[in-house]
Amino acid sequence: MDDVFDVMIIGGGAAGLTAGIYSSRAKLSTLILNEGAVGGQMVLTDEIANYPGVETTSGYKVANTMKKQAKDFGCKIKSNVKIVKYAFDENIKEVELKDGRKFQAKTVILAPGGSPKALNIPGESTFLGKGISYCATCDGDFFTDKEIIVAGGGNSALEEAVALTNYASKVTIVHQFDHFQAFEHAIEEAKNNPKINFIMRAELRQFIGNGKLQMITLEHLSSGNVEDLKVDGVFIFIGYKPNTESLKKIVNLNEKNEIITDSEMKTNIPGVFAAGDSIVKKYRQVTTAVADGTIAALSAVEYLRN
Amino acid sequence: MNMLQTALEEIGTKSELEKIINESENVMVCCGRMGPMCIPVYDVMEELQDERENVKFYTMAFDNPEAEIIKNAPECRGFMGLPFTMYYKNGKAVKATSSIQNFDQITGILDEHFN
Ligand SMILES: Cc1cc2nc3c(=O)[nH]c(=O)nc-3n(C[C@H](O)[C@H](O)[C@H](O)COP(=O)(O)OP(=O)(O)OC[C@H]3O[C@@H](n4cnc5c(N)ncnc54)[C@H](O)[C@@H]3O)c2cc1C
Repeated sequence: MDDVFDVMIIGGGAAGLTAGIYSSRAKLSTLILNEGAVGGQMVLTDEIANYPGVETTSGYKVANTMKKQAKDFGCKIKSNVKIVKYAFDENIKEVELKDGRKFQAKTVILAPGGSPKALNIPGESTFLGKGISYCATCDGDFFTDKEIIVAGGGNSALEEAVALTNYASKVTIVHQFDHFQAFEHAIEEAKNNPKINFIMRAELRQFIGNGKLQMITLEHLSSGNVEDLKVDGVFIFIGYKPNTESLKKIVNLNEKNEIITDSEMKTNIPGVFAAGDSIVKKYRQVTTAVADGTIAALSAVEYLRN
Repeated sequence: MNMLQTALEEIGTKSELEKIINESENVMVCCGRMGPMCIPVYDVMEELQDERENVKFYTMAFDNPEAEIIKNAPECRGFMGLPFTMYYKNGKAVKATSSIQNFDQITGILDEHFN
């Protein structure tokens, strides 16, 4: 087992990396454990245009700069790890990884962020990259002059549907409700686009194909009627969920599985703080994640001092 | 000049790729862009580069015209999601995947084909 760290940060997105920068700069030994690629949702973001002081740039560049800053201050980062056990009740907190490694720290900052929701219907994983996509900017050009479906009814779904009309000949938005949960300007833009059609009060039930996606099964919720539609592709944008599944019995969560904190980012467990998209809050942005990460790290510094 | 900003070695030409796969037993090549579905795959490869000495890890830029060799490979027929990731054993493609793959999926393929 490694030494006991002063601060262990779970999650290496904007919030976790910022917490890492602040705590390692405060000369605390700091470890970031990250399940996926360092940077989190920032690397999913093609363009960040609203991070103050930084001209429009790619999310990857912001993430990479944050990672470098954290490392330069001495923060250790381990990515692509899977935590299987959390023990936070004692003064020294411990986590265990899938490969059996254990790490201990005096304080913990939880920053696991959020992930795009999957539909979890038959065929979804089979046809990923073979007709199903979660990224319009990445895969849009594979669907040039093809007919596609966008599943979802929030801002991302509508904005991405409009972007996809640059490639596809027809885009059909399938949404479970009879109204959209999006900004008025995004709804207007989609409605005014001649290539976009709408199927409201309907849900996708399964993906069908042979080697690649060819058809979807759709259920009309008002009538209960089920129909098969021929499609070339489906883009899924049905929102984000907090990555707190494994923390359910560890810290207090609200009914949406978001971590409950106070204004100093303290959770219900002494020495355990939380930051970023996974906590209870209204606005989820890089700026707010960075702010939470700063506060959580400074609170951890104070906790250790006392 | 490299088109991809990763810590992995980037293959620039078709002949370079052919030389690498013919001279090395196990090779993984991720052909993509600096996009949201590709970066997590590069990240896993960077992580594995130190651990798996029996595998050579490379990238190739999807927008490099020389990448036709991967884009037109029979194993990639029907692929409609970046990145296209190829696994070669003794010069032959043994597996290809389309779109994002996580750590467990990639190590699963490496264990199955390269161990
Ligand atoms: C497509 C898209 C576009 C966006 N555009 C913008 C924009 O233009 N401007 C803006 O300000 N914001 C934007 N956002 C929102 C912004 O990216 C997020 O609010 C912010 O990045 C959240 O940071 P975070 O650190 O809280 O979480 P995340 O970025 O989600 O990072 C959490 C990290 O923790 C890891 N993790 C999860 N569970 C565990 C675990 N159990 N153990 C270890 N690690 C774990 C994850 O793999 C991830 O790396 C966008 C988001 C998306 C998806």
